[in-house]
Amino acid sequence: MKTFSIGGVHPHDSKIAAGSKIEVLPLPKTVYISMIQHLGGPAKAIVAPGDRVKTGQVIGEPTGFISAYVHSSVTGTVKSVGLRKDLNGIPVVHVEIAVEPDEWMDGIDTSDKLVTEIPEDRQFILDRIKSNGVVGLGGATFPTHVKLCPPPDKKAECLILNGAECEPYLTSDYRIMLEKSEQIVVGAAIMKKVLGVSRAVIGIEENKPEAIAKMRETVSKLQSSAKGYDGIEVMTLKKKYPQGGEKQLIDAVMRRQVKSMGLPIDVGAVVQNVATSLAVYDAVQKNMPLITNTLTVTGDCLPADRQKNYLFRIGYPLSYIAECNGGVPEQAAKIVSGGPMMGKAISNLDATTQKGSSSLLYLTEKQTERKPESNCIRCGKCAEACPMGLEPFLLNKLARNGMTEELEQNAVQDCIECGCCLYSCPANIPLLDMIRIAKGEVIRAMRARTAPKK
Amino acid sequence: MTTTIIWTIVAVTLLGLLLAVVLYLVAKKFKVEEDPRIDEVEKVMPGANCGGCGFAGCRAFAQACVEAPNLDNNFCPVGGNEVMKKVAAVLGVEVKEKAPMVAVVRCNGTCENRPKTNEYDGYKSCKVKAALYSGDTGCIYGCLGCGDCVAACQFGALSMDPVTGLPVVDEEKCTACGACVKACPKKIIELRNKGPKNRRVFVSCVNMEKGATARKACKSACIGCGKCEKACPFGAITVEHNVAYIDFNKCKLCRKCVVECPTGAIHDVNFPTPAQKPAPKPAAKPETASPAAAVETAEAAAPKPAAETKRPVQSPATAPASPVTEKEAPKPEKKEE
Repeated sequence: MKTFSIGGVHPHDSKIAAGSKIEVLPLPKTVYISMIQHLGGPAKAIVAPGDRVKTGQVIGEPTGFISAYVHSSVTGTVKSVGLRKDLNGIPVVHVEIAVEPDEWMDGIDTSDKLVTEIPEDRQFILDRIKSNGVVGLGGATFPTHVKLCPPPDKKAECLILNGAECEPYLTSDYRIMLEKSEQIVVGAAIMKKVLGVSRAVIGIEENKPEAIAKMRETVSKLQSSAKGYDGIEVMTLKKKYPQGGEKQLIDAVMRRQVKSMGLPIDVGAVVQNVATSLAVYDAVQKNMPLITNTLTVTGDCLPADRQKNYLFRIGYPLSYIAECNGGVPEQAAKIVSGGPMMGKAISNLDATTQKGSSSLLYLTEKQTERKPESNCIRCGKCAEACPMGLEPFLLNKLARNGMTEELEQNAVQDCIECGCCLYSCPANIPLLDMIRIAKGEVIRAMRARTAPKK
Repeated sequence: MTTTIIWTIVAVTLLGLLLAVVLYLVAKKFKVEEDPRIDEVEKVMPGANCGGCGFAGCRAFAQACVEAPNLDNNFCPVGGNEVMKKVAAVLGVEVKEKAPMVAVVRCNGTCENRPKTNEYDGYKSCKVKAALYSGDTGCIYGCLGCGDCVAACQFGALSMDPVTGLPVVDEEKCTACGACVKACPKKIIELRNKGPKNRRVFVSCVNMEKGATARKACKSACIGCGKCEKACPFGAITVEHNVAYIDFNKCKLCRKCVVECPTGAIHDVNFPTPAQKPAPKPAAKPETASPAAAVETAEAAAPKPAAETKRPVQSPATAPASPVTEKEAPKPEKKEE
């Protein structure tokens, strides 16, 4: 069984919500749609208060090459366009819409019928992906159409679909692999076509045997019944965090290493999440913009019947989702958006769902407790755990002393912020906290150095 | 046996002498010419090597002073004018007196004024906290309260007030080296003119949000209403991005703005009496009674904004700046709040 070659940790997977079928959340009274739901330039709101919008209508236009369209997830009247705090408490432009019953934009196919025939025209596919605002749903929300257009001097060889879902607790990818496997495979075939590659690998961790079986079955079914599905395979991966990291997954599947500051395409790989594949299917085959996604509501302090996977639309207040789930449990000391390893604590529950939202995770006081920090004894556990082969203890020392040059020499910019070092440190040193800041500083310095040359 | 010892002593002595001569010649030949004044200047420096002057240490500063045509661009914030005079005397040049500066914390976000909206339990560092999110209160511009400035201060002039959760500057110890200014990720701390008799008027808020939002987050936020701007007879106040700023070079300490401010965001410190509504001419040289009595009036007859007068941003030791001299400010009234 394959896995990435260096580092990694083994947190308990705690997939408590795995058995819960995806439920569709009812519409709230008001939605607030953020204009920053992707990496790159924020979208520019093109609606004004008083405008009537339909479900699927464009309300935000991209600004710049790396940016994406934002669509209205509901039908209704725009009440305001203004600043509202996101889940980090930072003001971002949101479009507020008073919700009315759904009225879809023309040209969107809302039926459930599976379309397996893949369009011939590459540009048509890319246009659909772009105009429907598809972004990577693995966490970074990088605009998908940009990723599917590698620079002409680089050739993609393999498409990797990330179904690892290595973060503990999260089960949304697992559920869509069980319930929407056909769509995911069709999406994979579409992306394979766009990239012009012959091979596509769907990587799934061993702790999801049902998903592996289901995906295998779907792939063979589609391969026998339709054209364009050759070369797609399902690969079982060993359970190890952070398997879903882009560079780790490439290492696991292709045994190739992306060099420092390099991109996956340098080694001929393109990695997309299974949820992105589903969004690509919707965008290309159904002309459906990316306004829905799946989110897990989970946590040890939540009773078993409230562990849920929900299909949400963008712009739902998180507090509304919590309410639909029966309220925030009393023992919850911290609510996290994303997994426990890389997710962000939510400081503002009035923030709204975004394209990339993946979970509402309730953690208890005991789970989030920070134990007192003690001295580094150079045990090397962090260096052993680091999947990028860095030396976190050293980076921490350098970061605290502001030694930017040495930090760069020791490749702090390669840190993927997976948190393995912090997880493994027996002295409870806030390694990642220090390294993350140093990484930002070093990358800024590197950009400043290359910028004037342009 | 004895001869061996004698021979050894003789041989080692000769070798020592020979090497001494070699070293002497080498030192003569490769002598680095250095201005002897650098040593002299360095002697008069405080020797804190704090870097507040912008150089790597006191010697680097001394070298820069010797090399510079005049002393206009070089200033030792720790030694202040006294040291600069000595430096000027060594170098035989003129030096202009610089008004002494002091670090000022521009945030009103005490626990009382600025209620917490969430609990931060991450690593206790402002830098880390600022990188993670907007902070544990509704105000995204205010003090984060983890004390990076306190850690940055080499002179022990900063401390966190456990009651307000804000840093406090000890005016006596502050040398205006600017280390805290650099350490603060929210850019709250500013170096301002120490002012005559340590009296200063400043806007203690940097919140750039619109009035209503700012006020919602903090009771004592600057709401950018512009009343102070209109009230200022000297044009020292500008309101930009919803926040007022007082230019300390233009401010004449009349305190008309202090009484105008509806939220109490403008602070006046070390004044013997609270600012009064009709503002009877710039509070010029008030010959008030005893400092203790003055403080009492400040405490008693100061219901509104002026109550902020002796907010603990300033050191309690110097707060009741008596009309006598700054240095002799009586210490007894330490705990006022």
